[in-house]
Amino acid sequence: MSETSTLKPGHIQGETGLWEMVIGLEIHAQISSKSKLFSGASASFGSEANRNVSLVDAAMPGMLPVINEFCVEQAVKTGLALNAKINNVSVFDRKNYFYADLPQGYQISQFTKPIVGEGEVIVDLDDGEQTTIGIERLHLEQDAGKSLHDKHPTKSYIDLNRTGVALMEIVSKPDIRSPQEAGSYVKKIRSILRYIGACDGNMEEGSLRADCNVSVRKSGEEFGTRCEIKNLNSIRFIIQAIQSEAERQVEILETGGTIDQETRLFDTSTGETRSMRSKEDAHDYRYFPDPDLLPLEFTESWVQSIKEKLPELPDSLKKRLVQDFGITSYDASILVEEKDYVDFYQQAANGRDGKLTANWMITELFGALKKDNLSFLESPITSENLGELVSLISNGTISGKIAKEVFSEMMKSKKSPSEIVKEKGLEQVSDDTEILKLIDQVISNNQEKVTEYLGGKDKLFGFFVGQVMKLSQGKANPGIVNKLLKEKLK
Amino acid sequence: MSELLDLNLVEASKALKNKKISSLELTNAYLKSISDTSSLGAYLEIVEDKAIRMAKESDKKLIDGTARPLEGIPIGIKDMFCTKDIKTTASSKILENFIPTYESTVTQNLWNDGAVILGKLSCDEFAMGSSNETAAKGNVINPWLKNKKMSPGGSSGGSAAAVAARSALAATGTDTGGSIRQPAAFCGITGLKPTYGRCSRWGIVAFSSSLDQAGPLTRTVSDAALMLNSMAGYDQKDSTSANLIMPDLMNYLDKGIKGKKIGIPKEYTQDGISEDIVKFYDKSIDLLRDEGAEIIPVSLPHTKYALPAYYIIAPAEASSNLARYDGVRYGARQEASSLDKMYELTRGNGFGDEVKRRIMIGTYVLSSGYYDAYYLKAQKVRRLIKEDFENVYKKVDYILTPSTPTTSFELGKKQDPLIMYLNDIFTVPASLAGLPGISLPVGLDKSGLPIGIQLIANSFDEPGLISTARVLERSIGFNFIADGVAK
Repeated sequence: MSETSTLKPGHIQGETGLWEMVIGLEIHAQISSKSKLFSGASASFGSEANRNVSLVDAAMPGMLPVINEFCVEQAVKTGLALNAKINNVSVFDRKNYFYADLPQGYQISQFTKPIVGEGEVIVDLDDGEQTTIGIERLHLEQDAGKSLHDKHPTKSYIDLNRTGVALMEIVSKPDIRSPQEAGSYVKKIRSILRYIGACDGNMEEGSLRADCNVSVRKSGEEFGTRCEIKNLNSIRFIIQAIQSEAERQVEILETGGTIDQETRLFDTSTGETRSMRSKEDAHDYRYFPDPDLLPLEFTESWVQSIKEKLPELPDSLKKRLVQDFGITSYDASILVEEKDYVDFYQQAANGRDGKLTANWMITELFGALKKDNLSFLESPITSENLGELVSLISNGTISGKIAKEVFSEMMKSKKSPSEIVKEKGLEQVSDDTEILKLIDQVISNNQEKVTEYLGGKDKLFGFFVGQVMKLSQGKANPGIVNKLLKEKLK
Repeated sequence: MSELLDLNLVEASKALKNKKISSLELTNAYLKSISDTSSLGAYLEIVEDKAIRMAKESDKKLIDGTARPLEGIPIGIKDMFCTKDIKTTASSKILENFIPTYESTVTQNLWNDGAVILGKLSCDEFAMGSSNETAAKGNVINPWLKNKKMSPGGSSGGSAAAVAARSALAATGTDTGGSIRQPAAFCGITGLKPTYGRCSRWGIVAFSSSLDQAGPLTRTVSDAALMLNSMAGYDQKDSTSANLIMPDLMNYLDKGIKGKKIGIPKEYTQDGISEDIVKFYDKSIDLLRDEGAEIIPVSLPHTKYALPAYYIIAPAEASSNLARYDGVRYGARQEASSLDKMYELTRGNGFGDEVKRRIMIGTYVLSSGYYDAYYLKAQKVRRLIKEDFENVYKKVDYILTPSTPTTSFELGKKQDPLIMYLNDIFTVPASLAGLPGISLPVGLDKSGLPIGIQLIANSFDEPGLISTARVLERSIGFNFIADGVAK
């Protein structure tokens, strides 16, 4: 068991040897669009059931889909942000299957000719390392409706509000090797989507969901048989589900079994996956080009014009933060995770000590928000106020220690740091005569220790500093205290 | 009254505008005719009140001088077109009580131009058939023979029978593989299938989306021109509708065909065509030559593959298009203990045999493992057929063919679906190529049944198609009237 603690993430030690996970992800990202992919109905979340349903969504006889150009633009934008190939001709296909919440009896998707081809993303791992994950493709498709099975003992209710909402399916190559890597990959994709505004990345509302393909193999061997875990809607669940699924597969293989290719569901209450349908039960979707829609065709110059409108993306922004603010690559990768973080940071650090600002933001602010269960946007501390706090520290108005006190007051009262410092009289004392008075008092109170110190017990110096600081109620400037004490105790 | 019924659409329109007759008179004459000919079974739904209301409105406009192109003209609508607040069933049990809350673009265009609706016309179920025998509400009878119940053709059999029996001044149809042209030929009237994309498909119950096209069934070529003028037009709601303006076809009625080249494809004169049809086909060729056209033998080498390709592509699309009739949101539902069981019962009871057959064929040809061998190959054949036409249109302006290999057959006599499918052998190639075609009556066979000849033009050359068809119509002088309606 002692070995497990040294195992790399994504590795499982079995009786027969070391197993490695092979993971590929399909991310379904809902496009931030006011209307649906092929109808004018609203795509907003949380409306009363069946409010946002057009004749097209309900698949009334003779109704025809018309492509929403805004959604097409978002897909191209996303493709460009993923450094992927934009296919100048792509085709919509019908994926045929029967289900009560699929009014047309088919989902309009893209099968053989997706709008976006191969690309790649650089993913920042928790240990500060980076890895590159390949993108296989990105395609546009319609979402299905929702079946509600718990409203009636024998009947199911159908809500078509989601029917036809535009999704992008982003398919990775099987390049991911650990659950943690999968989590980081999803975070990176989410961050890119939010930067370019193509998807709000809201996993709780289902705007971003992932299907995980998991298999295991001994290092260097061919890929094993994979299972697909459907519809995971949080990064934590993605990590748990992959780990548990890989362990399940190793256990089967180690006892001489084989893996059945199947679709599985993750049970959040048990933390395990269970079979949803086997390969034999898998649908034959009978894909064929949708004759109601023309192929999507783009000119090179149109794609170029989209490219020119792209905002600065996390990777380049990260480099710039390291260069301009002198912060570590690791800190920068945390700050660029969310557009809101970078914006906040850049405002707070503007003209100030970049490193110090990053520390205060990442350690103190993020920590405090987490403790108070607040989202970043709910932060009581504005970028302006955090910046001011950093300035107060940098110019010696307050010490780092006092700053923490000021900070917790800022969290509570939303006041500016200078206001708090003034109100509470927390300004740092840097005046020599004031500090000398305190030093004299400490020396006269501790004659014995002074003798010991002067006799060679150097370690006692810190004690004197501490006493002076204590006497000043922490307000004395530690640098000046140090300097004057040294002179005094020569 | 019967003089009113004698007027064709162009004549009636003139008489209305000259205030010789009123739309109310005309509409009442047709409503009476509908009742007189009800034994034909052409109408599924008659909307008398609405017809009279619309006729009165038209009369107001005719009086105050704001008449529109089809002002006051009473027409019938094939039941494939969704009509707001009027039952629309596609002749299927599965939609037997379906009342749309919306109006198809084509019918809306007709109402916007002043036409008056008489009712909804029977057709083969979901337009799948060539005899109108697959209609859930029963057969429609061809009005030509008194003593025998002959098929009006299909799928627009109700439309063709109504126009031939003068219970509608004109009618709309839809044509997927010949569903306008073949019944027009069987019923001795004119049927025009426009270029794919000319008329919007929005609001027309879909059978095979890449082939379906609306068009008029009328007594004359000029009537067809006037109807199509109103029906056609770009529609943003149909992504496959062509963003082109069609010139006013009425300006092309008398352009003649001097110097035009007419191709006679050798593949259309093979075995199995009735002698009478060959005779009238030859006569038509001679007449066109006499009128100044140059007759050129041409070859469309892939013609023999058209029918098999069509019977893969159309069912494939249909199998998917008809998936929406699942009993969940509208239409008849058979309650059951599980969702799958409900689907089985609803669709099993709701669809007729021919529709089920095509859904099964379509599902099969799209299945994994068969897709390449059937659907993909059929699409390749379709492209070759299209290229055949493109090559021929480098040499000729129009192609002349028989509309059907035989004249109408007795109802209930053709039970083998494969023999039935052969009916569309001359109309399917133009459908696969998306080209406009018109069938017009040129004579009667020995038993007194009408014979149709088809003209096929290049894409979006409806004007030229009309000019040429008019020449043939005038020179052949077909002036028989269907008088087989049992009174």
